[in-house]
Amino acid sequence: MSDAQTASGAVPDGSMIHAAGLRKSFGARPESAVEAVKGIDVDVAKGEYFGFLGPNGAGKSSTMRMVAAVSPVTSGTLRILGLDPATDGPEIRSRIGVCPQEDTLDVELSVLDNLTIYGRYFGLPRAEVRERAEELLEFVQLTEKAKAKVDDLSGGMKRRLTIARSLINRPEMLLLDEPTTGLDPQARHVVWDRLFRLKQQGVTLVLTTHYMDEAEQLCDRLVVMDKGLIVADGSPLELIRNHSTREVTELRFGIGEHEHLAPKVEDLAERVEVLPDRLLLYSADGEETLDKVRERGLEPLASLVRRSTLEDVFLRLTGRTLVD
Amino acid sequence: MSTTFLAPRLVDYWLTVAKRTWKGTVVSSFVVPFLYIVAMGVLLGGFVHAGPAKLDGATSYLAFVAPGMVAAQSMTTVFGEVTYPVMGMIKWHRVYYSMIATPLSVRDVVLAQLGFIAFRVGLVAAVFMSVMGAFGVFSSVWGVLVAWLVQVLIGIAFAAPIFGFSAGLKDESAFSLIFRLGMIPLFLFSGAFFPVSNLGPALEWFARLTPLWHGVDLTRMLVLGNLDGTTALVHVGYLLGLACLGTWWAVHRLTRRLIT
Repeated sequence: MSDAQTASGAVPDGSMIHAAGLRKSFGARPESAVEAVKGIDVDVAKGEYFGFLGPNGAGKSSTMRMVAAVSPVTSGTLRILGLDPATDGPEIRSRIGVCPQEDTLDVELSVLDNLTIYGRYFGLPRAEVRERAEELLEFVQLTEKAKAKVDDLSGGMKRRLTIARSLINRPEMLLLDEPTTGLDPQARHVVWDRLFRLKQQGVTLVLTTHYMDEAEQLCDRLVVMDKGLIVADGSPLELIRNHSTREVTELRFGIGEHEHLAPKVEDLAERVEVLPDRLLLYSADGEETLDKVRERGLEPLASLVRRSTLEDVFLRLTGRTLVD
Repeated sequence: MSTTFLAPRLVDYWLTVAKRTWKGTVVSSFVVPFLYIVAMGVLLGGFVHAGPAKLDGATSYLAFVAPGMVAAQSMTTVFGEVTYPVMGMIKWHRVYYSMIATPLSVRDVVLAQLGFIAFRVGLVAAVFMSVMGAFGVFSSVWGVLVAWLVQVLIGIAFAAPIFGFSAGLKDESAFSLIFRLGMIPLFLFSGAFFPVSNLGPALEWFARLTPLWHGVDLTRMLVLGNLDGTTALVHVGYLLGLACLGTWWAVHRLTRRLIT
């Protein structure tokens, strides 16, 4: 099992994604090439909801495009549904659904036509496509908009239509690249609800996001990516438990004071992070930490005690906040 | 990439596009040739007193210019189809990306679009040629039918390489250049409106190298019924070669653009 050949040959049954030492470089010449993915190992099993979490430029989308079999692998092993994207691209693409980051809907066609025409690309008969399209419109709550032009839809509706379109071939695995970026909170919850329902149908879901709450809501398991590498993996809870404390106390003082106040509270928490606008104190009991801060005669302008989130995990692992 | 030919799966997409545009196409492709034939063929032609010897075998300027114009229109029709629309499907609406996320390959996408363009050129040319028929410039039925097929060939011979050119462009700024410095000079100087022998030896030689001249000369021979077999074969070979090379190049360039 030491060499890549043996490892790639031993893809277990029900493996949806198997990546080992996966790399992706852009640029024709080696000296000017930009390495977007720098050797990652990922395994996703059937039925899992799996997430790639990371800031812009972490290599999430490059990874997703390789998984979608539309971007050649630079080096390393990649198997999708046990197949090699270099030789079995069309077969892989016929069995997965892709919801890209930017909408690729045909704005001049109606909502229904967008679904039926897309279904035809998979070689499905017209009657079958029509039936599925109506079911899917129901599923994403766009039945009343069937005849509308795509241009007239809101951002949330367009995203739901793109999701419906990606389900027209009844995919075994659905890939979503930042499914709710740019949507308002209400629209995001509708999308999450629909995606969650797919789980009951046994669909495997792989998504990228730079939103903590999205990863926590949807993912059974996730990897945190930074600068083309995986820096942590596990379930959202495991990641928080392993890389952060139970609670976080946020303290806001006057602008510019945070840097020199940090040493005064350092011993009150397991760890202190200095952000431009606040101090973060990591401890098991946030209220207790806040009391101790006050006992020292420090009175923050504002304070907040909250549970640790994936944002804290990311900050711990990279020293940076996620959305920059 | 793939060996299976899946382009027919795009028929529904292009049918929907055709349904949306065919009425406008038919109306404009009826009005424009009518105006051209009246203005250039009948009215301007009334001033041209030259015999068959000076008009490549045509008995009147109308008979000379009408087949030239149909060939030239087959060229201009496709310029609009493979410039801005191709850029739009790459950059603005990103429709190609949604197509290749399915089992379809870039080759399927290019071939289906060229198929649609062939249909459009065929439609436009059919309307133009029925207008021509009313002015009595045809010599035989089979000549007209073959000339109509030649229009589709002219269309693809231009569409495929320009598709390739458009597929690699970063933005649309080069399009106005190829319209002004490519399409219009070809339209005016490839023998559609006057015999290229009027250009002088050097320019005539140059004009005979352009694809539109081959299309114009072939169309004119077929419509007027003075076909020279060897010359016709050279014309067909030239246009077919351009269509095939252009198609290969378009697939190559669009692949490099979309698959990164």
